[in-house]
Amino acid sequence: MNQNSGLIGTKLGNTQIFTDDGEVVRVTAIQAGPCVVVGKRTPEKHGYSAVQIGFGKAREKNVSKPEAGFYKKAGVEAPRVVREFRLPEEEVAKLEVGQTLSPADIFTEGQFVDVTGVTKGRGFTGVMKRHNFAGAATKTHGTHEYKRHGGSIGQNMTPGRTFKGMGMPGHYGNERVTVQNLRVVKVLAEENVVLVEGAVPGPRNGVVTVRGAVKKTKKAG
Amino acid sequence: MSSSVPQIQAIERAQMRDLAPYRVGDTVRVHFRIREGEKERIQVFEGVVIRKTGGGLRSTFTVRKVSYGVGVERIFPCHSPRIEKVEIVHRGHVRRARLYYLRERFGKAARIRVTQKSITDELKNQ
Repeated sequence: MNQNSGLIGTKLGNTQIFTDDGEVVRVTAIQAGPCVVVGKRTPEKHGYSAVQIGFGKAREKNVSKPEAGFYKKAGVEAPRVVREFRLPEEEVAKLEVGQTLSPADIFTEGQFVDVTGVTKGRGFTGVMKRHNFAGAATKTHGTHEYKRHGGSIGQNMTPGRTFKGMGMPGHYGNERVTVQNLRVVKVLAEENVVLVEGAVPGPRNGVVTVRGAVKKTKKAG
Repeated sequence: MSSSVPQIQAIERAQMRDLAPYRVGDTVRVHFRIREGEKERIQVFEGVVIRKTGGGLRSTFTVRKVSYGVGVERIFPCHSPRIEKVEIVHRGHVRRARLYYLRERFGKAARIRVTQKSITDELKNQ
């Protein structure tokens, strides 16, 4: 389980950064924060420990009365997005409801993070785009109207069925994806922007969560 | 193309550099910082600008020269901090944006007409 705290943000887009050596680093800019702690989960009351973090501002018509009551009690403005981060109890205890979190507090340059988002929806997609099939390389030997097909999906009487997990056309994208071990290149404290090396799932303005990496916990050397 | 997102525009603008206003066809001298182990030195690459690509921070330009009878092309990011400076040796009169035709030509055939104006005005300003 990821025990690192994180933030919610929106993807701003991609750009590049020159390092001091003049090397180009391809980065994704994420507007991560300011986020607000809107609630806490404790083992005593809820059976697990976590922190609930809100991002952005919700339009009034999108906040239901029970929700409005919850945020009023917490003393925070109703956020547009709320996400829960499972954290160890000690970490949760350090946070206060109503506290503002910004990227500069949580992320440092050179640190690795995991970024979760919902990928761009691609609709019903063929096998070449969805599963990277090669398609039919040729249109000779009498073949026609078969350029982007997947070819055979199995054998004969043995096994007499199509194997599970066979790549076929279908719905592609619009799924939750986590990209692990992306390096934080820069944290712009004033703008609350994090620059992360590499690509991040989702469209521009899509909601993403950024957390300290589960696997690569050490800083880049 | 540069981005339409204000935050990204700010990031890119901060890194942009204002080097010499070279154009395609110009002969330029690019002073490029090269790191060799610990030491850093400046290498000068002189040739004709045969192409400019991209926009904003991402733009690059290609310089071609003929070295010991071999054509050498180098692509430089326009805003690279490794470029010390770009000197315009002289302006060239060309009628297209990509001078790929120079690759098939050598010697006298690969000459580019130097604009008289460039010698008089532009170099005085430098």
